Amino acid sequence: MARHVIAPVDELPPGTRKFLTIDERPIAIFNINGEFFGLLNRCPHQGAALCEGPLIGLAQSSDPGEIEYTRLGEILRCPWHGWEFDIRTGQSYCDPKKFRTRAYPVNVEPGASVVKGPYVAETLAVSVESDYVVVDL
Amino acid sequence: MNVQFRDRPEPASPASVKTAIADCDIHPARATKDELYPFLAGRWHAHLETYGVHAYQGMMEGPPYPKTQPNASRRDAWPPEGGQQGSSLSFMQKQHLDPNHVALGVLNPLGATGQGMRNHDLSAALATAINDWQIEKWTSKDSRLKASVVVANEDGMAAAAEIRRRAGDRNFVQVLLLSRNVEPLGQRRYWPIYQAAEEAGLPVGVHAFGFGGNPITASGWPSYYIEEMVGHSQCQQTALASLVLEGVFERHPKLKMIMIEAGFGWAPSLSWRLDKVFEKLHGEVPHLKRKPSEYIRDHIFWTTQPMEDPERRDHLFDVIDWIGWDKLLFATDYPHWDYDEPSRVLPAGVSDANREAFYLTNALKLYGLA
Ligand code: FES
Repeated sequence: MARHVIAPVDELPPGTRKFLTIDERPIAIFNINGEFFGLLNRCPHQGAALCEGPLIGLAQSSDPGEIEYTRLGEILRCPWHGWEFDIRTGQSYCDPKKFRTRAYPVNVEPGASVVKGPYVAETLAVSVESDYVVVDL
Repeated sequence: MNVQFRDRPEPASPASVKTAIADCDIHPARATKDELYPFLAGRWHAHLETYGVHAYQGMMEGPPYPKTQPNASRRDAWPPEGGQQGSSLSFMQKQHLDPNHVALGVLNPLGATGQGMRNHDLSAALATAINDWQIEKWTSKDSRLKASVVVANEDGMAAAAEIRRRAGDRNFVQVLLLSRNVEPLGQRRYWPIYQAAEEAGLPVGVHAFGFGGNPITASGWPSYYIEEMVGHSQCQQTALASLVLEGVFERHPKLKMIMIEAGFGWAPSLSWRLDKVFEKLHGEVPHLKRKPSEYIRDHIFWTTQPMEDPERRDHLFDVIDWIGWDKLLFATDYPHWDYDEPSRVLPAGVSDANREAFYLTNALKLYGLA
């Protein structure tokens, strides 16, 4: 598993998302309220680019007529047919046993450790003073 | 360098088929509201500005925006230059036609095209304008694209006149009707349409949707969009039963029709049920010389999107065996949200000949392009 430095933290403020290709794999990175998430950017259903989808909440119902809406902004809805994925795990909500999209851990690392580490950061000039978004692949 | 960094993915579909395909349901849109004006007489500009359109039903756009995804379209299909999804030829080429090797794309314009309007003169003027617009903006600019003759469907005579105006023009490959009309589609107000289509050698496509003023279900307006989605196939069944039982195919033995975007898994059961009651009630419809199922199997083609998706693929293949592999026409419904990705729709286990028929040759033959 290689670690890849994606961007300085201030280039990915809360509410933003980025699409990257790492080793020919399409990856989508999200900053949701300061927390970072990474997913394979390909829907397991018919292959749409997931990073085009909206982040919604989770509508659940214990009984007809009772609707609970939670986890606002943590469910990624596919831009084509609307399958829903948990941004934390990649789990799908339409058929959790059969379908998931791959989730990748994303962390923020201080520049000092990034410069030292066995990381791949060809596109970035890394400086010790800043923090960086790093994804494990 | 192994990390590329972009805000948006490439517009091309991430996966695509390797060989040429026909896409029998593509929806071109207008980038601006007045894009049709150059094709409409000045009288109708003034009319539209002053009175607007008067449809047979409210909720002309169907359930309110955004209908699952904005404009009921893929969220990655907004053209970079602005305008509604489906309104840019260059973006359609880049996102869909080129990467998916679309050799034939049949255009089915929806929305305010003149179909389902109470003012029949405006309806006819809009239909003619939409047809001219399809040539000017689409088919003359990309020879892969072919247009549908949009007609003032509730005025059979005006519709027939429009079909005759386009007869022989190879920009057009079919006549376009919608499944929800003022009356079931076999009834006699629509007969001039079938007469003119048969004479012109054009198949008639019946696309799900329409503005006939009737609710989508037989017992009223449903609560949910999901009910409307399945309602389209029930509506299409009504249209098909009416076409058969009113004798449209008996009168027009050369007429071919295409059921567009309403599934096809229901075709065998509707046919079996019709045949069964026909045994008992044929005296009521003595103009029919054959069993209902025979008309259906001889005259009807089916576009694939949306394909039913049974748990066992042999159930799907059983249905297709009944219908005939030569009667299916591949379609994506681009740019709409329930789009079918060409490389992902057909399960494994289909012979090469059937595959090719499914993706390409059935359509080329039906539209006379083979
Ligand atoms: S491609 Fe994502 S839901 Fe179909």
